[in-house]
Amino acid sequence: MKEVPMSTCEREFILSAIRDRKRIDGRQTYDYRRLKVAFGMERGCCIVELGDTKVLAQVSGKIEQPKKNRPTEGSIIINLELSPMASPAFEPGRPTESGIEMNRILERNIRDSRAVDTESLCIVAGEKVWCIRADIHVLNDEGNIMDAASIAAITALSHFRRPDVSVMGEEVTVHSPEDRDPVPLSVHHMPVCVTFAFFDQGEFLLVDPTRSEERVMNGRMVVGMNMHREICTLMMSGGMLLVKEQVLRCSQIATVKVAEIIELIQKALDKDAQARQAGEKCGFAESVPSNKITTNKKEPTSVDTTAAAQHASQVIQEAGPVDKPVSNMLVQAPGTVQIGEGLVNTWQVDDEDMESEEDSTKKTATNGREAVAVSKPTERKRPVKTVSHAEDSGSEEEEKVVLYQGDVEMKSTEEPDATTLKQPTSSNSDKPAKKKGKKKKAAQK
Amino acid sequence: MADSVGKVVIPGDVLSEFRASEKTSKVALGPGLRQDGEEVLVTKSGILRHKEPNLYWIDCHQRRYIPAKGEDVIGIVTVKSGDVYRVDIGATQPATLSYLAFEGATKRNRPNVKVGDLVFAKLLVANKDMEPELVCIDSGGHSSGYGVIPANGGFMFHTSLNLVRKMLSPNCDILKFLGKNVPFETAVGVNGRIWVKAKTVKDTIVVANAIASSEHMTNAQIRTMIRQLLDKLSGF
Repeated sequence: MKEVPMSTCEREFILSAIRDRKRIDGRQTYDYRRLKVAFGMERGCCIVELGDTKVLAQVSGKIEQPKKNRPTEGSIIINLELSPMASPAFEPGRPTESGIEMNRILERNIRDSRAVDTESLCIVAGEKVWCIRADIHVLNDEGNIMDAASIAAITALSHFRRPDVSVMGEEVTVHSPEDRDPVPLSVHHMPVCVTFAFFDQGEFLLVDPTRSEERVMNGRMVVGMNMHREICTLMMSGGMLLVKEQVLRCSQIATVKVAEIIELIQKALDKDAQARQAGEKCGFAESVPSNKITTNKKEPTSVDTTAAAQHASQVIQEAGPVDKPVSNMLVQAPGTVQIGEGLVNTWQVDDEDMESEEDSTKKTATNGREAVAVSKPTERKRPVKTVSHAEDSGSEEEEKVVLYQGDVEMKSTEEPDATTLKQPTSSNSDKPAKKKGKKKKAAQK
Repeated sequence: MADSVGKVVIPGDVLSEFRASEKTSKVALGPGLRQDGEEVLVTKSGILRHKEPNLYWIDCHQRRYIPAKGEDVIGIVTVKSGDVYRVDIGATQPATLSYLAFEGATKRNRPNVKVGDLVFAKLLVANKDMEPELVCIDSGGHSSGYGVIPANGGFMFHTSLNLVRKMLSPNCDILKFLGKNVPFETAVGVNGRIWVKAKTVKDTIVVANAIASSEHMTNAQIRTMIRQLLDKLSGF
């Protein structure tokens, strides 16, 4: 499918913005977009996000016969896949010219700069060597695939672990991960590409061009560099000429950018290593934030309790006066009162108490609902009150349920059944609603 | 389904228990819903919406435009061929635009349209079996706002169709509130293309980014976002 054509309006505007030292997404000339490196569950799998550009790299290894002329060297294959998923401009099947060019830059940057030691991939000279393959899939193309792919490739290679191999005479054993810990590849240095886009015949330059900027640019230069300021690749494309100063300036900028990027990669690698060692969860599911919107945001609302209040008052009216609990009340000391002796004791169920409980239930059976209504609030109150009591005196009177006088009076005047009904419903319905609202806010942020 | 209104549905979900008003007893299925025998299936992932009396549809983050007759779109002229221009409107097929469909155009007096120009046009023909056809005049032969959009200083960007519909709905504040603070011109095509032009390049970028980022915001959030943007713009 053909890409959406670019109008002269967009083209002119992007150019005039660049001449004004401005970019459409609000970045400065030398700014990178937000770079994010995440690792999968498997070793050697990583996703690099550069703004909206997204690249996935997966490294795999197999044992092969080496080339005749290099019998002691393993091989490294880098394969860049540009599927139509990334952009409608990419055709499935045969790689395009630009695809081959980018693949070649990656190969030069990583393999030809000897970033990964190939000698250590040898198992039996001339017979068996490791062949390490890095597949790089572009998941979304929003410009500057080159940088994202090079970061993904070198990060995945440093994240990869190959199974350990031991040679006993003629016999070669490949150890399973349970048997022996897999070994990392020996990565000497981490070369990373930095892309510069040029406009107006090299007069203006931008770092990390977006898709729309790439479509407007005159030409580009890719600088592959490592931490030690060694240039591994330098590629210029597009029909324009650059002065020597411009090239030097680009390499100066690249040193700064490469240092930043490699620091970020190292941090990501360290964090993943720590998580794996600590046995924490790792992988894309944990590292990729799920900023999904499942519904529109709901504002926290006050819960209508009028229906509940009506119901409560109705219950109070129907219930009639309560006289039983008042008669059961015992004043033990000034300020403390005991209700229903022998009626409630489910904490330490003695035989004696069981009997007395049975007795009391028999007694109260005639009264029916009132008795039940009374026992409920006392049970509810107990844990709170016993704690306060223990603090006060330290005596072990846990079997006795002691309430403050004021409380009891309140209970006796109000209908206990109604209060127990009302409180939990209102509090339960209120709190989760508020919490949900907060969570959603946080998710949106 | 009455209880999944306002919730997220995904393709393949089966919906039932539609509410219809007493008068019609029929239910109208909008975009994203399809009847298959006795069942109603979801064909797009998004939020199920309902409007009284009997309308159901799905709001989704779609970018592919499906032409509908009478809609205003922004197109990019791709080819000049014979007596028509081929215009890309983001649909599966390019639309045609006759060179006579401009104000004051005659066989001798052709409008000045170049390849790559933007046109703001209305869809005259749009059905699934034919190429869509555009016009840049109303029925009286006047331009009434349609025509070639000048390329000097304005910027066109692509958004989702959902955002455009949201912007054009009368209870959305974005254009009103933004326009009060930053003067700008705009043309909104329901094919997900928005053209804006403010006094300076900087203002244009600000307006474009404010609109593009407002898709999942409420009116209150849009207002605070715009205020923050303006504060930054004035250098606070």
